[in-house]
Amino acid sequence: MITMTHYLVLSAGLFCIGLYVILAKQNAVQILIGIELMLNAAILNLVAFSRFDKLNNSGQTFALFAIVLAAASTAVALAIILNVYRRYRTIDPGKVNQLKD
Amino acid sequence: MSLVTVMFYLMAIIALGSALYVAASKNLVRSVFMFFVTLFALAGLYVLCLADFVAVTQVVVYVGGILVLILFAFMLSGRESLAGLQQSKNRLFAVQNLPAFLLVTLFFVVLVNIVIMAGVDNLPWLKQAEKMHNVIQPADVTINNLGVNLMTTYLLPFEAISILLLMALVGAAHLARKEEAL
Repeated sequence: MITMTHYLVLSAGLFCIGLYVILAKQNAVQILIGIELMLNAAILNLVAFSRFDKLNNSGQTFALFAIVLAAASTAVALAIILNVYRRYRTIDPGKVNQLKD
Repeated sequence: MSLVTVMFYLMAIIALGSALYVAASKNLVRSVFMFFVTLFALAGLYVLCLADFVAVTQVVVYVGGILVLILFAFMLSGRESLAGLQQSKNRLFAVQNLPAFLLVTLFFVVLVNIVIMAGVDNLPWLKQAEKMHNVIQPADVTINNLGVNLMTTYLLPFEAISILLLMALVGAAHLARKEEAL
């Protein structure tokens, strides 16, 4: 039988890989992928605990909300990345070091 | 070892392995496609948690929506940064990544310690849920209950999140417009 500890350790591993991607990469799109990995680790926790809430389904419901939030944040972040690329001709966050004027 | 256990370990290995490949890969397009595999493995894990509707939503929203969006933005913006990144070799074991690696390893140790010390298998509310037969069984159909709950108990967060999604999409479309059109 798979226990809760299995799921939590797995999601901790995914979270840490996402954190590493955010810290080590120099490309805004890859940093966005790292954020998505961390969000997915959190959603895995919600879904794993939702098995013990048959009446209210709170875990599954908020997992759905978190997926929708991730979609919204990705759309806005990609629009910002496109604008940054248009202005600076690079998407390395370390090289974006000027304000608009 | 039952079939469920085997499937869990298989999915976990696929998810962790492809996520590690995303972290280690130098080829950016390939890392985006390996992220695709991670998302599919996570959907399989949701099915093992008996949350099939969330798994389907994961496939539809993440794989169908977000990943295509990421690829699209990548094709629009990543060409010259792709050439710049491929010049520097051995970026996984570079010295500049050592602090990040140390921090992440220590953070992982802390997280696992917290999970073990909290004793998540014997939490009081989990025991109570088992006693009240509030646990989802593999033969149960949860989608009816999920839909009813979404429209009654969680109606306010549902409406709030739908308005937020509308605002975010309109804002993203506005931000991504060409400069001359402003």
